[in-house]
Amino acid sequence: MKDDKDISAFRGEFYPPLPTKTTMFFRTNLLYQLYRFFMLNYKIMRIVIKGHS
Amino acid sequence: MKVVILGAGISGHTAISFLAKHLSRKHEIIVVSPSKYYQWIPSNIWVGVGRMKVDQVRFKLAKLYEKWGVQFKQAKAVSIHPEGNDKIRTGYVSVEYTSENKKGISENVEYDFLVNATGPKLDFAATPGLGPDMHTLSVCTFSHAAQTWEELQKCIKLMQEGRKQRILIGTGHPTATCQGAAFEYMLNIVFELKLRGLYHLAEITWISNEYEMGDFGMGGAFIRRGGYTISTREFSESILAENHVRWIKRAGIYKVEHGKAFYETLNGEYKTVDFDFAMLLPSFSGQDIKAFDSIGRDINAKLFSPTGCMRVDADYTERPFEEWTVKDWPETYQNPLYKNIYAIGIAFAPPHSISKPRKSPNGTSIYATPIRTGMPSGVIGKIVGQNISEIIKYGTSGHKHKANMGRMGASCILSAGYSMRKGLGATMTVCPIVPDWERFPEWGRDINMTVGEIGLAGHWIKLFLHYMFMYKAKGHPFWWLIPE
Ligand SMILES: Cc1cc2nc3c(=O)[nH]c(=O)nc-3n(C[C@H](O)[C@H](O)[C@H](O)COP(=O)(O)OP(=O)(O)OC[C@H]3O[C@@H](n4cnc5c(N)ncnc54)[C@H](O)[C@@H]3O)c2cc1C
Repeated sequence: MKDDKDISAFRGEFYPPLPTKTTMFFRTNLLYQLYRFFMLNYKIMRIVIKGHS
Repeated sequence: MKVVILGAGISGHTAISFLAKHLSRKHEIIVVSPSKYYQWIPSNIWVGVGRMKVDQVRFKLAKLYEKWGVQFKQAKAVSIHPEGNDKIRTGYVSVEYTSENKKGISENVEYDFLVNATGPKLDFAATPGLGPDMHTLSVCTFSHAAQTWEELQKCIKLMQEGRKQRILIGTGHPTATCQGAAFEYMLNIVFELKLRGLYHLAEITWISNEYEMGDFGMGGAFIRRGGYTISTREFSESILAENHVRWIKRAGIYKVEHGKAFYETLNGEYKTVDFDFAMLLPSFSGQDIKAFDSIGRDINAKLFSPTGCMRVDADYTERPFEEWTVKDWPETYQNPLYKNIYAIGIAFAPPHSISKPRKSPNGTSIYATPIRTGMPSGVIGKIVGQNISEIIKYGTSGHKHKANMGRMGASCILSAGYSMRKGLGATMTVCPIVPDWERFPEWGRDINMTVGEIGLAGHWIKLFLHYMFMYKAKGHPFWWLIPE
């Protein structure tokens, strides 16, 4: 029996969730990322304001 | 009045800027720092992959301090004498000049208020064989990062010739911290190699003392993603898996030889990992500054914790992990013994770690010690600068401004590739930094304030922050409107 057969689903690194093609697409989609840029800045500013109080 | 600030890094420079803004010139502000430069450390990551030049992440301090009416001594603090001595009645600091024209000359600098903002000592010596003078590289300073980029280019060249390269990134000591910075550097290498079509020739391994991936010295965090509340462990492991990076966790590197790192695992096994290129972060400790009383007796244990960081208004009572609360964390950063001394940024001694301390069966502590990133370091510098100014100006004794890491949040944007169109950044925010299990019994933190996501927007934010914080540090018009 060949016991070193490399089945990807059995590899340790395949237990974590992996991004789908759609997720990958949106990561660099300009329009979506522009929206995220403002949303993330808003979230960061909330933290900054809280931290300075 | 005389205010002496030791260290002109992220925390010290912020304190200096607010002191200079609020105090009139009849008061003296004296800065003691061994480097003539201010450096924006977070962008050293980009120096380490050749995306930024050293001069983009640093600038000379002397001119700015002259404009602000601040005296700058390019020197390092050697000892603190809070009670003075038989000749000097006030507290003073013994400093040794590092500038070319005065190198080695000593001087006693008297103070009415002292702020210790000397940051971390990069303790490469704590791991034999570690560091840029030995067998591994670093991105902790701009010069380290520039050297690392030179070595990375050699590695890239070998890959271009078709040679496989083993790249090892992570923590180089069993109790190192700042995992986020190493993680960021690793992601940048991944990006650069993919861009050059060389990724198939790289075997990248992440090695860390974290109990679980995504601990980052803050005990990990929970984030909302895709309809689930997940831990930063899944978030980080997912990033590694996606990029086919192998990871070794719960590992304390205790020795490095040419091309080989030796580590002990939390379950007590001794193992090795081979590398062609390694960037491993050292252990951080306080600087080697001594303290003496008025008759010259050593009072180091009174002023500093065993790691060399300065004691402040924290509760240092030893308690089991389960009994730790956010109330143990300091909020004014005033030394309890000498009320005119403050310690800010990485120089203050935390009451305990944030991640759970763990030991291997051989008795080796292997865990991530507490992080103090740029944002809390800046905020702490600001409130201490404001408080000292108000004490001097109005003669108040209390502290109006407070900053507790158990209430304060932090945002950490990890660059994952430098490109305006194809770049990536992992944006992470947590609030508070130290989990508060009383206020947030379920997740330890405000889950609505906690973010973890990857995208081009993260890169834009990181780059925007670089320019914004350099602008602020250079004291350009309206710098004080920019938050820390
Ligand atoms: C590679 C890297 C990337 C990072 N990225 C991020 C990030 O993206 N976001 C983030 O929030 N944080 C980041 N951090 C952490 C951040 O840099 C630190 O939190 C911050 O620099 C701490 O500020 P500090 O003022 O305490 O120390 P420092 O900024 O290190 O400043 C210490 C100062 O003290 C001076 N000094 C040293 N010894 C003496 C002495 N004996 N006498 C007088 N002066 C002395 C030093 O020259 C220096 O000027 C990163 C850290 C590293 C290493």
